[in-house]
Amino acid sequence: MQISDKYAVQMRGIVKTFGSLRALDHVDLDVRKGTIHALLGENGAGKSTLMNILYGLYQADGGEIYRNGKRVRIKGPNDAIRLGIGMVHQHFMLVENFTVTENVILGREVTNSLGVLDMKRAREDVRRIVEKYGFQVDLDAKIEDISVGMQQRVEILKALYRGVDVLILDEPTAVLTPQETNDLIGIMRNLAAGGKTIILITHKLKEIKQSSDACTIIRRGKLIDTVNPQTVDEETLAAKMVGHPVRLVVEKTPAQPKDAVFEIDRLSVRDKRGLPAVKDLSLKIHRGEIFGIAGVDGNGQNELVEAITCLARAESGTIKINGEEIQNTTPQNVIRHKISTIPSDRQRHGLVLDFSCEQNTILEKYRSGPFSRRGVLQNGKIAAYAEKLIREYDVRPSTCALQPARSLSGGNQQKLIIAREISNEPDLLIAVQPTRGLDVGAIEYVHKMLVHERDAGKAVLLISLELDEVLSVSDTIAVLYGGSILGTFRQDQADEKTIGLLMAGGKRHAVNS
Amino acid sequence: MRLTAKILKKPITSALIAIVCGFLVAAVVLAAAGYNPWQAFGALFSGMFARPKYISNVLIKAAPIILTGLSVAFAYKTSLFNIGAEGQYIVSAIVVTLLGVRLNLPAPLLIPVLLAAGMLAGGIWGGLVGLLKAKYGIHEVITSIMLNWIAFYLSNYIVNLPAFHQPDSTGTYPIRESGYIMLLPNWKRSPQGMAALSRIPWLREVMMRTDVNFGILIAVYMAVLVGFVLYRTAKGFELRAVGFNRDAAQFAGIDVGRSLLESMLISGALSGLAGCVAIMGAAPHNISTLAAFENNGFNGLSVAFIAGGSPVGCIFAGLLFGGFLYGGQTVQADVGAPSEIINIMMGTIVFFMALSKLISTLADRLAKGSALHAE
Repeated sequence: MQISDKYAVQMRGIVKTFGSLRALDHVDLDVRKGTIHALLGENGAGKSTLMNILYGLYQADGGEIYRNGKRVRIKGPNDAIRLGIGMVHQHFMLVENFTVTENVILGREVTNSLGVLDMKRAREDVRRIVEKYGFQVDLDAKIEDISVGMQQRVEILKALYRGVDVLILDEPTAVLTPQETNDLIGIMRNLAAGGKTIILITHKLKEIKQSSDACTIIRRGKLIDTVNPQTVDEETLAAKMVGHPVRLVVEKTPAQPKDAVFEIDRLSVRDKRGLPAVKDLSLKIHRGEIFGIAGVDGNGQNELVEAITCLARAESGTIKINGEEIQNTTPQNVIRHKISTIPSDRQRHGLVLDFSCEQNTILEKYRSGPFSRRGVLQNGKIAAYAEKLIREYDVRPSTCALQPARSLSGGNQQKLIIAREISNEPDLLIAVQPTRGLDVGAIEYVHKMLVHERDAGKAVLLISLELDEVLSVSDTIAVLYGGSILGTFRQDQADEKTIGLLMAGGKRHAVNS
Repeated sequence: MRLTAKILKKPITSALIAIVCGFLVAAVVLAAAGYNPWQAFGALFSGMFARPKYISNVLIKAAPIILTGLSVAFAYKTSLFNIGAEGQYIVSAIVVTLLGVRLNLPAPLLIPVLLAAGMLAGGIWGGLVGLLKAKYGIHEVITSIMLNWIAFYLSNYIVNLPAFHQPDSTGTYPIRESGYIMLLPNWKRSPQGMAALSRIPWLREVMMRTDVNFGILIAVYMAVLVGFVLYRTAKGFELRAVGFNRDAAQFAGIDVGRSLLESMLISGALSGLAGCVAIMGAAPHNISTLAAFENNGFNGLSVAFIAGGSPVGCIFAGLLFGGFLYGGQTVQADVGAPSEIINIMMGTIVFFMALSKLISTLADRLAKGSALHAE
């Protein structure tokens, strides 16, 4: 493509190397003015790196950047903002106890001739932007009092207030409910219609189909293709992203639940600050059932899992597995009672990264035979066992047994944890955000394993912030909001809209099934 | 280039580089102070190796600091910083002296009793730190520094108790001879012993002129044992898991609090053993009034650090340190340079060990640079 002023941003032959890793290998990008342009790729494909280069956070090792057809050099975010390029990161950078307006003008304060802050004029400026693009934001609310979706809008406002023309959004929907996602897409459309250009970094195919005019796919640092997402189906996009055909639908037969094996009765848990986080929560999970808990982050998911695994104290209520109460005992006791957990933070809770993969496979079993005898580790047995798990669960590279777990990719770290937990032969398998940060291929694998465990007659508890995941994998879906379950649905009765409303704390529309 | 990078990344390489840097810095300091560095280093090495009895004394000096080094290295594997080795060493020395003076037992009984009591005392002193950490989350550095001072003043108090204080001296009575762990202490002074030794001059010198004892053998044995416990046993696996990632260990059902306690108990017992070896192994076989810390425990920190936390490495680091400490006296005697130059050298070595991360980063650069050139 020609360098032309029809394009808000053009990047040519961008190269970036981290250590021995080539993160970007001669990538080109052409973003037309006034469009929503999606950047699609798996985790670690290089899409964020490319945008961080455009925003000046990284310097490219090679290649050129053009803005409106003119060659530019971007040495830092200040250069980028001066060129009208803004970026909204996944993690917001807002002052909690400032109002929306104060946050927006922070760093660009309007002052009168005496150098005194002119809040009236500032507020007027911000209001004009809000009205122009149809934001729904209370300008005088404090950040700590508004929802995550609102906070994101404040971040976007901040960029617009600085006169940004090109707005980069990094995985903006990761923290949003389905309704908030729809609202965001609405705002993005308004912005594009108003002449702004939007670059959307995401790995969610549905959003791209819903919002974008063009989609550039990056795989392992290489440019794969730029397509019109309106004329290409999701399977094709996914295949381009991972490099081979993928099944996006979770294949499973209807659940055949048997007896209830796991039961929580009126559980209450306080969080680390001593505030109630789980309130009077009850649930029942049967053998042969995947019980999914949907909910926005911070609604008691962590505390619930910590109470089950005995990392946190249950204030009241009981947790029973096979009829035996386990609350307020020890993590070891929980494991002994055949509950295995795939934790949400695999690097913090799941693995000892400096241990070899082999050592990580016996992290819960090293105490007893066959892995130790009279307190001495049986290296031969351990090696054989690890070898078997690595082979069966296809952890790559297949020669990783003696390498530190740190050296594995995220997906393979997760496979290692899944291998370890499933081989415990638990009665209840808890999977917390099991696909976080994984690519499509690995996600498919994780879902298959969960269904496989269900079919083997185990009870599975899936807790995820990805609503799509909960909806497609679970047989029973519960919505967690404010530490309570607001509704429970059978998979065939659950619709995204009702559940989305409940996730935002809406009134209960459905009765427990 | 790749090979160079690989060699640079070996832990032993950073230790060697650090040692060379230690000598360089010491040379500069010596030269600046008007001494001839070559002469000083010559005196240092001849003070370590020139005569059999020097070598023997180096080994005697090294044994306790190898053990305190092991103590620090062991705790470090559980991510605990045992700066309390000094205090654990002192309480052990106190207990060994008290019991050694009072208990009238034959050697086969007294020696094991004293070793056990010293290790127990050190273990309790360390375990206390572990307990406070596990129960109340109090940082081990704070509690162990306080316990160091408690041990220090406790020691001075005991030394001055009339029941133990040796009149006209600064110390207590020595422990009973049946508590000594010297090599064949009675035989070497018997007529047959003297006769046998007179035929082998170097051995005679070592046996008669130094307190050659079992300390170094105990230290080497413990280094191997600690290595085995850490890397080959279920307990060691558990402690290292806690050391690397406390959260994951807890999640996997390991009792983290208990691990911290156990680790400090064992670490303390190792420092305690160092105290045993020092009192039972070499003259004056007693404790005396302390004006300042003797640094047997603090030197263990440097030893563990130079060894990169490796138990077997502690043997070599301890020998190096012990050698410098002993040979340093010769530097003062022969060249006139203050023996503090040894502290400067050790400090520099520790400093450059701390920079060893930098060396491995540089090695990465080097490897990357050559990879780019290869393209």
